[in-house]
Amino acid sequence: MAETRFQPARIPGFAAIAMLAFVALYLPIFTLVAYAFNGGTSIAVWEGLSLHWFSKAWANEAVKSATLRSLVIAASAAAVATTAATLAALGTTRRAGFKGQTFIYVMINQPLMVPEIVTAVALLILFGMVKSWTGYQGLGYLILAHAAFCIPFAYLPIRARLEGMDLSLETAAADLYASPWQTFRHVTLPLLAPGILAGAMLAFVISLDDVVITEFVKSGGQDTLPTYMLGQMRRAITPEVNAISTGLLGLTVILLTAFFLLTRKRN
Amino acid sequence: MSALEDQARARSVRNAWALSAPALVILAVAAVGPLLIVLVYSFLTPGKYGNVEWQFSTDGWLGILFTRDIFDETLKLADAHLTIWWRSVRLSLLTTLFTFAVGFPTAWFIATRPPRARGFWLFLITIPFWTNLLIRTFAINEVIRNEGLFNTVMIRLGLFSEPLRIINTDAAVLMGMTYVYLPLMVLPLFAAIDRFDMRLLEAGYDLYANRWQVLRHVILPIVKPGIVAGSILVFVPSLGAYVTPRVLGGGKNMMIGNFIELQFGQGRNWPLGAALSVTLLLITTAALLFYVRAANKGGNGHG
Repeated sequence: MAETRFQPARIPGFAAIAMLAFVALYLPIFTLVAYAFNGGTSIAVWEGLSLHWFSKAWANEAVKSATLRSLVIAASAAAVATTAATLAALGTTRRAGFKGQTFIYVMINQPLMVPEIVTAVALLILFGMVKSWTGYQGLGYLILAHAAFCIPFAYLPIRARLEGMDLSLETAAADLYASPWQTFRHVTLPLLAPGILAGAMLAFVISLDDVVITEFVKSGGQDTLPTYMLGQMRRAITPEVNAISTGLLGLTVILLTAFFLLTRKRN
Repeated sequence: MSALEDQARARSVRNAWALSAPALVILAVAAVGPLLIVLVYSFLTPGKYGNVEWQFSTDGWLGILFTRDIFDETLKLADAHLTIWWRSVRLSLLTTLFTFAVGFPTAWFIATRPPRARGFWLFLITIPFWTNLLIRTFAINEVIRNEGLFNTVMIRLGLFSEPLRIINTDAAVLMGMTYVYLPLMVLPLFAAIDRFDMRLLEAGYDLYANRWQVLRHVILPIVKPGIVAGSILVFVPSLGAYVTPRVLGGGKNMMIGNFIELQFGQGRNWPLGAALSVTLLLITTAALLFYVRAANKGGNGHG
Protein backbone atom coordinates (compact mmCIF):
# COMPACT_ATOMS: atom_id res chain seq x y z
CA MET A 1 0.00 0.00 0.00
CA ALA A 2 2.95 2.28 0.62
CA GLU A 3 4.14 2.02 -3.01
CA THR A 4 1.35 4.05 -4.49
CA ARG A 5 1.61 6.85 -1.95
CA PHE A 6 3.59 9.98 -2.69
CA GLN A 7 6.88 9.67 -0.81
CA PRO A 8 8.12 13.13 0.11
CA ALA A 9 11.55 11.86 1.19
CA ARG A 10 12.31 10.36 -2.23
CA ILE A 11 14.43 12.54 -4.47
CA PRO A 12 14.87 11.23 -8.03
CA GLY A 13 18.41 10.19 -8.93
CA PHE A 14 19.71 10.09 -5.36
CA ALA A 15 19.34 6.33 -5.01
CA ALA A 16 21.23 5.76 -8.28
CA ILE A 17 24.10 8.03 -7.20
CA ALA A 18 24.19 6.29 -3.82
CA MET A 19 24.41 2.86 -5.48
CA LEU A 20 27.26 4.07 -7.70
CA ALA A 21 29.02 5.44 -4.62
CA PHE A 22 28.79 2.08 -2.86
CA VAL A 23 30.14 0.25 -5.91
CA ALA A 24 32.98 2.78 -6.23
CA LEU A 25 33.79 2.41 -2.54
CA TYR A 26 34.04 -1.36 -2.60
CA LEU A 27 35.38 -2.22 -6.05
CA PRO A 28 38.95 -1.06 -5.27
CA ILE A 29 38.93 -2.87 -1.93
CA PHE A 30 37.77 -6.12 -3.54
CA THR A 31 40.45 -5.76 -6.21
CA LEU A 32 43.08 -5.27 -3.53
CA VAL A 33 41.91 -8.35 -1.64
CA ALA A 34 41.75 -10.43 -4.84
CA TYR A 35 45.37 -9.64 -5.68
CA ALA A 36 46.45 -10.76 -2.21
CA PHE A 37 45.52 -14.28 -3.34
CA ASN A 38 47.59 -14.02 -6.50
CA GLY A 39 50.07 -16.87 -7.02
CA GLY A 40 52.55 -14.86 -9.09
CA THR A 41 55.47 -12.75 -7.94
CA SER A 42 54.31 -9.42 -9.34
CA ILE A 43 51.20 -7.38 -8.71
CA ALA A 44 50.72 -6.93 -12.44
CA VAL A 45 49.71 -10.38 -13.67
CA TRP A 46 47.18 -12.81 -12.27
CA GLU A 47 48.73 -16.28 -11.93
CA GLY A 48 46.19 -18.34 -10.07
CA LEU A 49 44.84 -18.64 -6.54
CA SER A 50 47.37 -18.99 -3.72
CA LEU A 51 47.91 -18.25 -0.05
CA HIS A 52 51.63 -17.82 -0.69
CA TRP A 53 51.75 -14.10 0.19
CA PHE A 54 49.84 -14.57 3.42
CA SER A 55 52.29 -17.15 4.71
CA LYS A 56 55.16 -14.95 3.60
CA ALA A 57 53.78 -11.91 5.47
CA TRP A 58 52.95 -14.06 8.51
CA ALA A 59 56.54 -15.34 8.67
CA ASN A 60 57.93 -11.81 8.47
CA GLU A 61 59.17 -10.67 11.91
CA ALA A 62 59.01 -7.00 10.89
CA VAL A 63 55.31 -7.35 10.09
CA LYS A 64 54.59 -9.10 13.38
CA SER A 65 56.32 -6.52 15.55
CA ALA A 66 54.78 -3.64 13.59
CA THR A 67 51.32 -5.15 14.12
CA LEU A 68 51.84 -5.52 17.84
CA ARG A 69 53.23 -1.99 18.11
CA SER A 70 50.27 -0.55 16.20
CA LEU A 71 47.80 -2.27 18.54
CA VAL A 72 49.63 -1.18 21.72
CA ILE A 73 49.79 2.44 20.59
CA ALA A 74 46.17 2.52 19.43
CA ALA A 75 44.84 0.95 22.65
CA SER A 76 46.88 3.26 24.91
CA ALA A 77 46.12 6.39 22.92
CA ALA A 78 42.40 5.56 22.71
CA ALA A 79 42.19 4.96 26.46
CA VAL A 80 43.91 8.25 27.29
CA ALA A 81 42.01 10.25 24.67
CA THR A 82 38.58 8.83 25.58
CA THR A 83 39.04 9.49 29.29
CA ALA A 84 40.15 13.07 28.67
CA ALA A 85 37.41 13.60 26.08
CA THR A 86 34.63 12.25 28.32
CA LEU A 87 35.64 14.60 31.14
CA ALA A 88 35.92 17.53 28.75
CA ALA A 89 32.51 16.76 27.23
CA LEU A 90 30.94 16.69 30.70
CA GLY A 91 32.67 19.99 31.44
CA THR A 92 31.65 21.82 28.29
CA THR A 93 28.06 20.75 27.68
CA ARG A 94 24.76 21.36 29.43
CA ARG A 95 25.78 24.38 31.44
CA ALA A 96 25.36 28.10 30.89
CA GLY A 97 27.90 29.61 28.53
CA PHE A 98 31.00 30.95 30.26
CA LYS A 99 34.07 32.97 29.42
CA GLY A 100 36.69 30.71 27.89
CA GLN A 101 34.23 28.15 26.55
CA THR A 102 35.13 29.00 22.96
CA PHE A 103 38.80 28.68 23.86
CA ILE A 104 38.21 25.15 25.14
CA TYR A 105 36.27 24.21 21.98
CA VAL A 106 39.02 25.56 19.76
CA MET A 107 41.71 23.72 21.74
CA ILE A 108 39.84 20.41 21.62
CA ASN A 109 39.07 20.65 17.92
CA GLN A 110 42.50 22.00 17.07
CA PRO A 111 43.83 18.68 15.69
CA LEU A 112 40.94 18.64 13.20
CA MET A 113 41.85 22.10 11.96
CA VAL A 114 45.60 21.73 11.68
CA PRO A 115 46.89 19.76 8.71
CA GLU A 116 48.53 16.54 9.89
CA ILE A 117 51.78 17.29 8.12
CA VAL A 118 52.15 20.53 10.12
CA THR A 119 51.64 18.75 13.44
CA ALA A 120 54.01 16.03 12.25
CA VAL A 121 56.76 18.54 11.51
CA ALA A 122 56.13 20.37 14.78
CA LEU A 123 56.39 17.13 16.78
CA LEU A 124 59.48 16.09 14.82
CA ILE A 125 61.20 19.26 15.99
CA LEU A 126 59.90 19.19 19.61
CA PHE A 127 60.37 15.47 20.27
CA GLY A 128 63.75 15.63 18.54
CA MET A 129 64.84 18.14 21.21
CA VAL A 130 63.31 16.15 24.07
CA LYS A 131 64.91 12.93 22.80
CA SER A 132 68.37 14.47 22.79
CA TRP A 133 67.84 16.06 26.25
CA THR A 134 66.40 13.03 28.02
CA GLY A 135 67.74 10.14 25.98
CA TYR A 136 64.30 8.48 26.21
CA GLN A 137 63.43 6.86 22.87
CA GLY A 138 60.38 4.76 23.81
CA LEU A 139 56.83 4.51 22.52
CA GLY A 140 55.70 7.31 24.89
CA TYR A 141 56.14 9.96 22.20
CA LEU A 142 53.94 8.09 19.75
CA ILE A 143 51.26 7.39 22.39
CA LEU A 144 51.19 11.03 23.51
CA ALA A 145 51.06 12.32 19.92
CA HIS A 146 48.28 9.85 19.03
CA ALA A 147 46.28 10.63 22.20
CA ALA A 148 46.34 14.33 21.31
CA PHE A 149 44.94 13.96 17.79
CA CYS A 150 42.44 11.32 18.94
CA ILE A 151 40.81 13.63 21.52
CA PRO A 152 38.49 15.51 19.12
CA PHE A 153 37.39 12.22 17.52
CA ALA A 154 36.49 10.79 20.92
CA TYR A 155 34.94 14.09 22.06
CA LEU A 156 32.50 14.60 19.17
CA PRO A 157 30.26 11.53 19.62
CA ILE A 158 30.32 11.87 23.43
CA ARG A 159 29.31 15.51 23.27
CA ALA A 160 26.64 14.77 20.66
CA ARG A 161 25.22 12.07 22.91
CA LEU A 162 25.24 14.38 25.96
CA GLU A 163 23.51 17.19 24.10
CA GLY A 164 20.84 14.84 22.82
CA MET A 165 20.11 13.50 26.31
CA ASP A 166 16.88 14.31 28.08
CA LEU A 167 17.71 16.48 31.09
CA SER A 168 14.39 15.62 32.75
CA LEU A 169 15.68 12.15 33.70
CA GLU A 170 18.49 13.67 35.72
CA THR A 171 16.15 16.24 37.22
CA ALA A 172 13.86 13.38 38.18
CA ALA A 173 16.75 11.54 39.85
CA ALA A 174 17.69 14.69 41.77
CA ASP A 175 14.05 15.15 42.79
CA LEU A 176 14.15 11.63 44.18
CA TYR A 177 17.06 12.66 46.45
CA ALA A 178 19.89 11.13 44.41
CA SER A 179 23.20 12.83 45.10
CA PRO A 180 24.99 14.41 42.10
CA TRP A 181 27.36 11.42 42.03
CA GLN A 182 24.50 8.90 42.19
CA THR A 183 22.71 10.74 39.43
CA PHE A 184 25.86 10.67 37.32
CA ARG A 185 26.64 7.02 38.08
CA HIS A 186 23.14 5.58 37.62
CA VAL A 187 21.50 7.94 35.14
CA THR A 188 24.00 9.98 33.14
CA LEU A 189 26.74 7.39 32.65
CA PRO A 190 24.52 4.52 31.42
CA LEU A 191 22.84 6.91 28.98
CA LEU A 192 26.22 8.22 27.89
CA ALA A 193 27.89 4.78 27.53
CA PRO A 194 27.12 4.29 23.80
CA GLY A 195 28.69 7.68 23.10
CA ILE A 196 31.80 6.81 25.11
CA LEU A 197 32.11 3.46 23.37
CA ALA A 198 31.68 5.08 19.97
CA GLY A 199 34.28 7.70 20.88
CA ALA A 200 36.76 5.07 22.04
CA MET A 201 36.35 2.97 18.89
CA LEU A 202 36.74 6.07 16.74
CA ALA A 203 39.90 7.04 18.61
CA PHE A 204 41.30 3.50 18.32
CA VAL A 205 40.81 3.39 14.57
CA ILE A 206 42.06 6.93 14.00
CA SER A 207 45.25 5.97 15.84
CA LEU A 208 45.58 2.69 13.93
CA ASP A 209 45.05 4.62 10.68
CA ASP A 210 47.76 7.18 11.24
CA VAL A 211 50.68 7.35 8.84
CA VAL A 212 51.97 10.91 8.69
CA ILE A 213 52.50 11.83 12.33
CA THR A 214 53.87 8.36 13.13
CA GLU A 215 56.26 8.55 10.18
CA PHE A 216 57.76 11.80 11.53
CA VAL A 217 57.69 11.02 15.27
CA LYS A 218 58.89 7.40 15.38
CA SER A 219 62.45 6.58 16.34
CA GLY A 220 64.44 3.95 14.45
CA GLY A 221 62.85 0.49 14.60
CA GLN A 222 59.46 1.84 15.69
CA ASP A 223 57.54 1.10 12.53
CA THR A 224 53.81 0.68 12.89
CA LEU A 225 51.93 -1.35 10.30
CA PRO A 226 51.05 1.72 8.17
CA THR A 227 54.59 3.14 8.16
CA TYR A 228 55.97 -0.32 7.37
CA MET A 229 53.62 -0.54 4.40
CA LEU A 230 54.50 2.97 3.23
CA GLY A 231 58.16 1.94 3.34
CA GLN A 232 57.36 -1.13 1.25
CA MET A 233 55.52 1.00 -1.31
CA ARG A 234 58.67 3.01 -1.92
CA ARG A 235 60.24 -0.17 -3.25
CA ALA A 236 58.74 -2.52 -5.82
CA ILE A 237 55.31 -3.47 -4.49
CA THR A 238 54.75 -7.20 -4.07
CA PRO A 239 51.40 -8.82 -3.20
CA GLU A 240 52.77 -9.09 0.35
CA VAL A 241 51.41 -5.56 0.89
CA ASN A 242 48.04 -6.77 -0.41
CA ALA A 243 48.16 -9.67 2.03
CA ILE A 244 48.96 -7.38 4.99
CA SER A 245 46.23 -4.97 3.89
CA THR A 246 43.75 -7.84 3.66
CA GLY A 247 44.67 -8.97 7.17
CA LEU A 248 44.21 -5.47 8.59
CA LEU A 249 40.96 -5.13 6.66
CA GLY A 250 39.71 -8.41 8.13
CA LEU A 251 40.55 -7.19 11.64
CA THR A 252 38.66 -3.93 11.04
CA VAL A 253 35.57 -5.73 9.75
CA ILE A 254 35.55 -8.14 12.71
CA LEU A 255 35.91 -5.27 15.22
CA LEU A 256 33.20 -3.26 13.50
CA THR A 257 30.77 -6.15 13.31
CA ALA A 258 31.25 -6.86 17.01
CA PHE A 259 30.73 -3.17 17.77
CA PHE A 260 27.52 -2.98 15.76
CA LEU A 261 26.11 -6.16 17.29
CA LEU A 262 26.93 -4.90 20.79
CA THR A 263 25.33 -1.49 20.32
CA ARG A 264 22.29 -3.04 18.61
CA LYS A 265 21.62 -5.24 21.65
CA ARG A 266 21.82 -2.19 23.89
CA ASN A 267 19.17 -0.46 21.88
CA MET B 1 19.17 34.72 46.28
CA SER B 2 21.30 36.36 43.63
CA ALA B 3 24.47 35.69 45.65
CA LEU B 4 23.53 32.03 45.77
CA GLU B 5 23.03 31.98 42.02
CA ASP B 6 26.38 33.65 41.49
CA GLN B 7 28.03 31.07 43.70
CA ALA B 8 26.45 28.18 41.80
CA ARG B 9 27.49 29.78 38.56
CA ALA B 10 31.10 30.23 39.69
CA ARG B 11 31.19 26.60 40.80
CA SER B 12 29.84 25.49 37.44
CA VAL B 13 32.56 27.41 35.60
CA ARG B 14 35.27 25.99 37.92
CA ASN B 15 34.00 22.47 37.25
CA ALA B 16 34.00 23.09 33.52
CA TRP B 17 37.68 24.05 33.60
CA ALA B 18 38.68 21.25 35.97
CA LEU B 19 36.95 18.63 33.83
CA SER B 20 38.49 19.99 30.63
CA ALA B 21 41.98 20.28 32.11
CA PRO B 22 43.38 16.82 31.20
CA ALA B 23 42.39 17.21 27.55
CA LEU B 24 43.75 20.76 27.47
CA VAL B 25 47.11 19.70 28.90
CA ILE B 26 47.58 16.85 26.42
CA LEU B 27 46.66 19.12 23.53
CA ALA B 28 48.91 21.93 24.75
CA VAL B 29 51.92 19.60 24.97
CA ALA B 30 51.46 17.50 21.84
CA ALA B 31 49.39 19.59 19.45
CA VAL B 32 49.21 23.36 20.04
CA GLY B 33 52.50 24.10 21.80
CA PRO B 34 54.77 22.54 19.19
CA LEU B 35 53.27 24.82 16.54
CA LEU B 36 54.95 27.78 18.25
CA ILE B 37 58.31 26.09 17.82
CA VAL B 38 57.61 25.74 14.10
CA LEU B 39 56.95 29.48 13.96
CA VAL B 40 60.32 30.16 15.64
CA TYR B 41 62.14 27.76 13.30
CA SER B 42 60.73 29.53 10.23
CA PHE B 43 62.86 32.56 11.14
CA LEU B 44 66.18 30.70 11.53
CA THR B 45 68.99 29.73 9.17
CA PRO B 46 69.22 26.21 7.71
CA GLY B 47 71.93 24.00 9.19
CA LYS B 48 74.36 22.35 6.80
CA TYR B 49 73.22 18.82 7.62
CA GLY B 50 69.58 19.55 8.35
CA ASN B 51 68.15 21.12 11.52
CA VAL B 52 68.86 24.83 12.03
CA GLU B 53 71.46 27.32 13.12
CA TRP B 54 70.22 29.84 15.67
CA GLN B 55 70.63 32.87 13.48
CA PHE B 56 67.73 35.10 12.44
CA SER B 57 66.79 35.00 8.78
CA THR B 58 63.72 35.66 6.65
CA ASP B 59 64.91 33.48 3.77
CA GLY B 60 62.59 30.67 4.84
CA TRP B 61 59.60 32.95 4.34
CA LEU B 62 60.88 34.36 1.06
CA GLY B 63 61.34 30.78 -0.15
CA ILE B 64 57.59 30.18 -0.06
CA LEU B 65 57.15 31.98 -3.37
CA PHE B 66 60.60 33.14 -4.42
CA THR B 67 63.93 31.65 -5.26
CA ARG B 68 67.37 33.23 -5.20
CA ASP B 69 69.27 33.24 -8.45
CA ILE B 70 72.43 31.16 -7.97
CA PHE B 71 74.58 33.63 -9.92
CA ASP B 72 73.56 37.16 -8.93
CA GLU B 73 71.47 36.41 -5.77
CA THR B 74 68.43 38.33 -7.10
CA LEU B 75 64.97 37.20 -6.05
CA LYS B 76 62.54 35.89 -8.64
CA LEU B 77 59.23 34.04 -8.47
CA ALA B 78 59.74 30.31 -8.11
CA ASP B 79 57.45 28.72 -10.70
CA ALA B 80 57.83 25.27 -9.17
CA HIS B 81 56.62 26.51 -5.78
CA LEU B 82 53.67 28.38 -7.29
CA THR B 83 52.67 25.26 -9.23
CA ILE B 84 52.66 23.19 -6.05
CA TRP B 85 50.54 25.77 -4.18
CA TRP B 86 48.03 26.07 -7.01
CA ARG B 87 47.76 22.29 -7.40
CA SER B 88 47.14 21.84 -3.66
CA VAL B 89 44.35 24.43 -3.44
CA ARG B 90 42.68 23.40 -6.69
CA LEU B 91 42.69 19.66 -5.95
CA SER B 92 41.40 20.22 -2.40
CA LEU B 93 38.48 22.38 -3.52
CA LEU B 94 37.60 19.88 -6.25
CA THR B 95 37.81 17.02 -3.76
CA THR B 96 35.39 18.82 -1.41
CA LEU B 97 33.02 19.51 -4.30
CA PHE B 98 33.12 15.95 -5.64
CA THR B 99 32.69 14.31 -2.24
CA PHE B 100 29.69 16.57 -1.60
CA ALA B 101 28.13 15.88 -5.00
CA VAL B 102 28.38 12.14 -4.37
CA GLY B 103 28.09 12.24 -0.59
CA PHE B 104 24.88 14.22 -0.20
CA PRO B 105 22.68 11.86 -2.25
CA THR B 106 24.37 8.91 -0.54
CA ALA B 107 23.75 10.29 2.95
CA TRP B 108 20.17 11.15 2.01
CA PHE B 109 19.63 7.65 0.63
CA ILE B 110 20.88 6.07 3.87
CA ALA B 111 18.89 8.39 6.14
CA THR B 112 15.64 7.66 4.29
CA ARG B 113 15.92 3.85 4.51
CA PRO B 114 13.72 2.03 7.04
CA PRO B 115 15.49 1.98 10.44
CA ARG B 116 16.60 -1.67 10.13
CA ALA B 117 18.16 -1.28 6.69
CA ARG B 118 19.72 2.05 7.67
CA GLY B 119 22.17 0.32 10.00
CA PHE B 120 23.34 -1.91 7.17
CA TRP B 121 23.97 0.95 4.70
CA LEU B 122 25.68 3.00 7.37
CA PHE B 123 27.84 0.00 8.13
CA LEU B 124 28.91 -0.09 4.46
CA ILE B 125 30.07 3.55 4.73
CA THR B 126 31.80 3.08 8.06
CA ILE B 127 33.94 0.13 6.90
CA PRO B 128 35.91 2.23 4.39
CA PHE B 129 35.93 5.05 6.96
CA TRP B 130 37.54 2.77 9.54
CA THR B 131 39.90 1.29 7.02
CA ASN B 132 43.45 2.52 6.95
CA LEU B 133 43.94 5.49 4.63
CA LEU B 134 47.05 3.95 3.18
CA ILE B 135 45.17 0.74 2.33
CA ARG B 136 42.45 2.70 0.59
CA THR B 137 44.98 4.73 -1.38
CA PHE B 138 46.69 1.50 -2.33
CA ALA B 139 43.29 0.02 -3.29
CA ILE B 140 42.47 2.83 -5.72
CA ASN B 141 45.97 2.36 -7.11
CA GLU B 142 45.02 -1.26 -7.90
CA VAL B 143 42.17 0.01 -10.06
CA ILE B 144 43.76 2.89 -11.96
CA ARG B 145 47.38 1.83 -12.48
CA ASN B 146 48.46 0.91 -16.01
CA GLU B 147 48.07 -2.84 -15.44
CA GLY B 148 45.17 -2.31 -13.03
CA LEU B 149 41.55 -3.39 -13.16
CA PHE B 150 40.25 -0.46 -15.23
CA ASN B 151 42.87 -0.65 -17.98
CA THR B 152 42.80 -4.46 -18.11
CA VAL B 153 39.04 -4.48 -18.60
CA MET B 154 39.12 -1.69 -21.17
CA ILE B 155 41.82 -3.40 -23.22
CA ARG B 156 40.08 -6.79 -23.01
CA LEU B 157 36.89 -5.17 -24.25
CA GLY B 158 38.86 -3.66 -27.10
CA LEU B 159 37.94 -0.11 -26.10
CA PHE B 160 41.56 0.90 -25.53
CA SER B 161 44.54 -0.27 -27.54
CA GLU B 162 46.96 0.76 -24.81
CA PRO B 163 46.49 1.57 -21.12
CA LEU B 164 45.18 5.03 -20.26
CA ARG B 165 47.85 6.65 -18.14
CA ILE B 166 46.04 7.88 -15.02
CA ILE B 167 48.58 7.08 -12.35
CA ASN B 168 51.11 9.83 -11.56
CA THR B 169 48.78 12.59 -12.78
CA ASP B 170 46.74 15.22 -10.94
CA ALA B 171 43.62 13.31 -11.96
CA ALA B 172 44.89 10.24 -10.10
CA VAL B 173 45.45 12.32 -6.95
CA LEU B 174 41.98 13.87 -7.28
CA MET B 175 40.32 10.47 -7.73
CA GLY B 176 42.30 9.08 -4.82
CA MET B 177 41.40 11.93 -2.46
CA THR B 178 37.72 11.86 -3.45
CA TYR B 179 37.67 8.13 -2.84
CA VAL B 180 39.56 8.31 0.43
CA TYR B 181 37.67 11.25 1.96
CA LEU B 182 34.13 10.40 0.80
CA PRO B 183 33.11 8.75 4.11
CA LEU B 184 34.24 11.90 5.97
CA MET B 185 31.62 13.81 3.99
CA VAL B 186 28.85 11.20 4.19
CA LEU B 187 28.97 10.59 7.96
CA PRO B 188 28.36 14.17 9.20
CA LEU B 189 25.81 14.69 6.40
CA PHE B 190 24.01 11.55 7.51
CA ALA B 191 24.05 12.70 11.13
CA ALA B 192 22.43 15.99 10.08
CA ILE B 193 19.86 14.42 7.74
CA ASP B 194 19.03 11.74 10.30
CA ARG B 195 17.93 14.44 12.76
CA PHE B 196 15.95 16.16 10.02
CA ASP B 197 12.21 15.94 10.66
CA MET B 198 10.78 14.46 7.47
CA ARG B 199 7.35 15.95 8.28
CA LEU B 200 8.83 19.29 7.22
CA LEU B 201 8.95 17.91 3.67
CA GLU B 202 5.25 17.15 3.76
CA ALA B 203 4.67 20.65 5.10
CA GLY B 204 6.75 22.06 2.24
CA TYR B 205 4.87 20.07 -0.40
CA ASP B 206 1.53 20.95 1.20
CA LEU B 207 2.48 24.58 0.73
CA TYR B 208 2.96 23.93 -3.02
CA ALA B 209 6.76 23.88 -3.05
CA ASN B 210 8.31 21.75 -5.80
CA ARG B 211 11.17 19.29 -5.17
CA TRP B 212 13.86 21.81 -5.96
CA GLN B 213 12.31 24.45 -3.68
CA VAL B 214 11.99 21.92 -0.88
CA LEU B 215 15.64 20.91 -1.33
CA ARG B 216 16.81 24.51 -1.54
CA HIS B 217 14.65 26.14 1.16
CA VAL B 218 13.83 23.34 3.59
CA ILE B 219 16.46 20.60 3.47
CA LEU B 220 19.71 22.48 2.78
CA PRO B 221 19.29 25.23 5.42
CA ILE B 222 18.48 22.68 8.10
CA VAL B 223 21.27 20.23 7.29
CA LYS B 224 23.76 23.06 6.76
CA PRO B 225 25.74 22.27 9.95
CA GLY B 226 26.33 18.80 8.50
CA ILE B 227 27.44 20.27 5.19
CA VAL B 228 29.83 22.63 6.94
CA ALA B 229 31.21 19.84 9.12
CA GLY B 230 31.63 17.51 6.14
CA SER B 231 33.36 20.16 4.07
CA ILE B 232 35.76 20.99 6.90
CA LEU B 233 36.50 17.32 7.46
CA VAL B 234 37.29 16.86 3.76
CA PHE B 235 38.98 20.14 2.82
CA VAL B 236 41.47 20.32 5.69
CA PRO B 237 43.03 16.87 5.22
CA SER B 238 42.95 17.32 1.43
CA LEU B 239 44.98 20.51 1.51
CA GLY B 240 47.58 18.94 3.75
CA ALA B 241 47.42 15.54 2.05
CA TYR B 242 50.69 13.66 2.08
CA VAL B 243 50.04 9.96 1.57
CA THR B 244 47.66 10.09 -1.40
CA PRO B 245 49.71 12.44 -3.61
CA ARG B 246 52.81 10.50 -2.65
CA VAL B 247 51.44 7.11 -3.66
CA LEU B 248 49.25 8.17 -6.63
CA GLY B 249 50.94 11.35 -7.86
CA GLY B 250 54.47 10.04 -8.10
CA GLY B 251 57.44 12.26 -7.28
CA LYS B 252 56.44 14.91 -9.82
CA ASN B 253 52.88 15.80 -8.78
CA MET B 254 53.78 17.00 -5.31
CA MET B 255 51.27 18.70 -3.10
CA ILE B 256 52.26 21.08 -0.36
CA GLY B 257 52.51 18.30 2.25
CA ASN B 258 55.12 16.46 0.18
CA PHE B 259 56.97 19.69 -0.47
CA ILE B 260 57.19 20.30 3.29
CA GLU B 261 58.53 16.81 3.90
CA LEU B 262 61.11 17.35 1.19
CA GLN B 263 62.51 20.34 3.13
CA PHE B 264 62.98 18.21 6.24
CA GLY B 265 64.56 15.42 4.21
CA GLN B 266 66.67 15.78 1.10
CA GLY B 267 66.06 19.55 0.84
CA ARG B 268 67.76 20.14 4.23
CA ASN B 269 65.98 23.46 4.55
CA TRP B 270 64.08 23.25 7.85
CA PRO B 271 63.27 27.00 7.99
CA LEU B 272 61.62 26.84 4.55
CA GLY B 273 59.76 23.71 5.65
CA ALA B 274 58.65 25.51 8.81
CA ALA B 275 57.56 28.62 6.88
CA LEU B 276 55.59 26.45 4.43
CA SER B 277 53.96 24.67 7.37
CA VAL B 278 52.89 27.95 9.00
CA THR B 279 51.53 29.19 5.66
CA LEU B 280 49.54 25.99 5.16
CA LEU B 281 48.19 26.39 8.68
CA LEU B 282 47.16 30.00 8.00
CA ILE B 283 45.33 29.08 4.80
CA THR B 284 43.52 26.27 6.60
CA THR B 285 42.54 28.59 9.45
CA ALA B 286 41.29 31.22 7.00
CA ALA B 287 39.18 28.58 5.28
CA LEU B 288 37.78 27.47 8.63
CA LEU B 289 36.88 31.02 9.67
CA PHE B 290 35.15 31.50 6.34
CA TYR B 291 33.12 28.34 6.95
CA VAL B 292 32.23 29.28 10.52
CA ARG B 293 31.08 32.73 9.40
CA ALA B 294 29.00 31.27 6.59
CA ALA B 295 27.44 28.78 8.97
CA ASN B 296 26.59 31.46 11.54
CA LYS B 297 25.11 33.76 8.92
CA GLY B 298 22.92 30.96 7.58
CA GLY B 299 21.83 30.08 11.10
CA ASN B 300 20.72 33.62 11.89
CA GLY B 301 18.92 34.08 8.62
CA HIS B 302 16.74 31.04 9.13
CA GLY B 303 16.76 30.85 12.86
